[in-house]
Amino acid sequence: MTRYDDLTELLLQLGDSAMVQAQRLCELVGGAPALEEEVALMNVGLDLVGQARNWLEYAAERINDGRTADDLVFLRDSSDYCNLLLVELPNGDFGVTIAKQFLFDSWHYAMLQSLSGSSDERIAAVATKSFKEVTYHLRRSSEWVKRLGDGTDESHQRMQAAIDQVWHYSFEFSMPTEHLAALEAEGVFPAASTVHERWSETVKAVLSEATLTQPEAAARNYLSGREGLHTESLGYILAEMQFLPRAYPDANW
Amino acid sequence: MPTGDLIASDQTAADPQALKHAWQVLDEVMDPEVPVISLTDLGIVRDVEWRGGQLCVVLTPTYSGCPATEHIEQSAKNALNEAGFTRVQIEQQLAPAWTTDWISQRGRERLKAYGIAPPVGSAAKPSFDKIIECPLCGSSNTKEITEFGSTACKALYQCNDCLEPFDYFKCI
Ligand SMILES: [Zn+2]
Repeated sequence: MTRYDDLTELLLQLGDSAMVQAQRLCELVGGAPALEEEVALMNVGLDLVGQARNWLEYAAERINDGRTADDLVFLRDSSDYCNLLLVELPNGDFGVTIAKQFLFDSWHYAMLQSLSGSSDERIAAVATKSFKEVTYHLRRSSEWVKRLGDGTDESHQRMQAAIDQVWHYSFEFSMPTEHLAALEAEGVFPAASTVHERWSETVKAVLSEATLTQPEAAARNYLSGREGLHTESLGYILAEMQFLPRAYPDANW
Repeated sequence: MPTGDLIASDQTAADPQALKHAWQVLDEVMDPEVPVISLTDLGIVRDVEWRGGQLCVVLTPTYSGCPATEHIEQSAKNALNEAGFTRVQIEQQLAPAWTTDWISQRGRERLKAYGIAPPVGSAAKPSFDKIIECPLCGSSNTKEITEFGSTACKALYQCNDCLEPFDYFKCI
């Protein structure tokens, strides 16, 4: 994959993660368990598309090779995507959908909380705006985890299975320090080193209230979304998402 | 003489009356999704000023992914053009982030009359036990059905007295 400076890669990670999560949520149009829930999932997705655009416009300006945010989304291959592995996983049953959303929201919340205080004004502006929206997302997904975890025997067992199934990918929430130390020191990404700890506190509190067991800390493996080393799922997502703009490059709304 | 010719000239460019007129024009441009509340009532017009003979309108989006953002920019521009402002530039500003605290009193009343419960309380000082009044019968005996309603800015409620479901404009 093409490597950029640490800040640009951070913007790509935020933008791509929001975009891929939104695309996964879109798959649930017409298939959510209840109409109200479908509306909620789509609204979360819509917020994320808007946030992705804000991050990727900035990334495109920094990359400065003539590509726009749209080009970055529709014309890059999976090995150039920097999203978290978690968001590319299939939606599974509703428990898995919620487990993914909850782990993503809680990470996103801790990230945006830090970035709201960035010394880079543009990052601070996008993060502050997104943070308001993500606070709402996190509250909603936490409520579902508690309701299903502390619900019937079956919902408890399935919510636990869902957490166990996707937990493994949370290893990416503790990012390698070499990429962050400089950004943290410059004030671009304040408190970057405590993101994992703050994420972990949120998760611990919600899982305990949900009467669910928190799995052991996930170990790093050979995959890395940030470096373009993805699961096979991402290729399928991009194939669907990118087909139209690739087949009809001059298509317009 | 059309006002545009006047406004485009440098002498009138600094005219505060013309700026006041521009605000009045924007006060008539309605939100496309809630067509009873104007852009100024919604609090998304952050500034209107002259910059080098151009009328510059600074707007802030309500939600990051609000699909109406571009539509709003275009309708603001069209309305100003029609009112005679020939050179209009729309600028988007993210910070400070929009908050429902900026919705005017008149905007809140119009939302309510339209059947949408206006945001309760202040986003700056959140409280957790808010009472959302039914905009149809005025009862405070209501319940939340889902945190997200027909658009990102609304949640869905139902009145326990008149049984009607209604939108609540979320407080953010
Ligand atoms: Zn009522």
